[in-house]
Amino acid sequence: MSPSGAELLRQIKSQIHEVDPAAVHEQLGNGAVIVDVRENEEFSVAHIPGARHVPRAYLESRIEGIVPDRDAHIVLYCASGNRSAYAARTLTEDLGYTNVESMTGGITLWKDRGYDVEVPRTLSAEQRDRYSRHLLLPEVGLEGQLKLLDARVLLLGAGGLGAPTALYLAAAGVGTLGLVDNDTVDLSNLQRQVIHTQERVGEPKVDSAEATIANLNRDVRVVKYPVRLDASNVMEIVEGYDIIVDGLDNFPTRYLINDVSVRLGIPVVSASILGFDGQLSVFKPYDGPCYRCLYPTPPPAELAPSCGANGVLGVLPGTMGMLQATEVVKLILGEGEPLVGRLLLYEALGATFTELKVRRDPDCPICSRDPESISDEEMGVFPDYEAFCAAAG
Amino acid sequence: MAVTVKIPTQLRAATGGAATASVEGGTVGEVLDALYVQFGELRDRIADDGGLRRFVNVYIGGEDIRFLNGLETTVSDGDEVTILPAVAGG
Repeated sequence: MSPSGAELLRQIKSQIHEVDPAAVHEQLGNGAVIVDVRENEEFSVAHIPGARHVPRAYLESRIEGIVPDRDAHIVLYCASGNRSAYAARTLTEDLGYTNVESMTGGITLWKDRGYDVEVPRTLSAEQRDRYSRHLLLPEVGLEGQLKLLDARVLLLGAGGLGAPTALYLAAAGVGTLGLVDNDTVDLSNLQRQVIHTQERVGEPKVDSAEATIANLNRDVRVVKYPVRLDASNVMEIVEGYDIIVDGLDNFPTRYLINDVSVRLGIPVVSASILGFDGQLSVFKPYDGPCYRCLYPTPPPAELAPSCGANGVLGVLPGTMGMLQATEVVKLILGEGEPLVGRLLLYEALGATFTELKVRRDPDCPICSRDPESISDEEMGVFPDYEAFCAAAG
Repeated sequence: MAVTVKIPTQLRAATGGAATASVEGGTVGEVLDALYVQFGELRDRIADDGGLRRFVNVYIGGEDIRFLNGLETTVSDGDEVTILPAVAGG
């Protein structure tokens, strides 16, 4: 007479080696290969840290790919210790593995004992839908989208460049966006600063930008800094961000942020605009030149067009902001050729792009040195700083 | 040697709005001197006693002349010289 299912299980368990979760926990990292034989859905909820996954139905066909050595120490587990018992017999009897154990009580007992489990990161159903066009790109995919969601990007300025950049980075699912701007929304901003609205004229720009981002993508956390960047607050604000997006409207802060970014090793995606022309580059400390390698000193105030209000084609910061956002996403994903050591000029009237080489200056006052040696007092300082600020009023 | 010089927006007030100029010269220095003959006001914006002002970069064929031969860098017929001051607008 054929045995009942329960009887068969008892027979099998008497033929194989079983091991208690406590012993498996002690052996973690000792060379034993832990194999989870449950179904995909079960594995993706939680599994033992470092466990390999071979659903029992694929055991015979896939185990050799994961454990080619027949004498390797293998610990199998499932939810409660039954499926892994059957699997242990298969490996031992049918495939000739010599050192196979089945963990009693499965991951249920493992968890009851209070041992850690790894919860693999996935996207929610809504996120899979929202980012579906990213997920279709092999260069982004699930891994890339998770990188974007984990990324922390600091936007300096929520104005002409910051507004479009923030919109697209938020749409792309960049998980943390820091916004530094101490200005309020003015009607004259709306010709180009598309993140703000007529209803929010007079409100702080960081609040207005936050409101738009909240409506666009609930995955994005906005961190607001309604301050003017200066030497006293810059380190505190910048530290911890992965990438800085420089859309600042003045020279002293551009030099300050350069020096801080070199000291902290944070890449800066930098753009500037005037009239119909834009400039764009990525300053990645020690991989390429820094801002000071490109422009050792700023123009004096009387020749610095940024010191007063200037005309700018409303579309231009959109174009340059999009190029900035693209570079940010590339840096986060680690894909493509970042604009490091290159300066891209866009001239809207002529509809021309020009690429210029930017080299590291071996005599650069900042990035030719060890970052540790850059002192607080030096940062943001340039030879005629005093004169510059006095003249700029 | 006729070369084309590209003038950035913020210097165009000194060129009567011209975005490019065609001038003669065998070196970058000579090209700039020829440019100042055409547009006198440009000299002060680009040069000082010691040569180029430190916030103005000059490129030839995409290379910064600071990393070539400076104002002595030779130019060839048809070369494109780009004058580029720092811009901080955002």
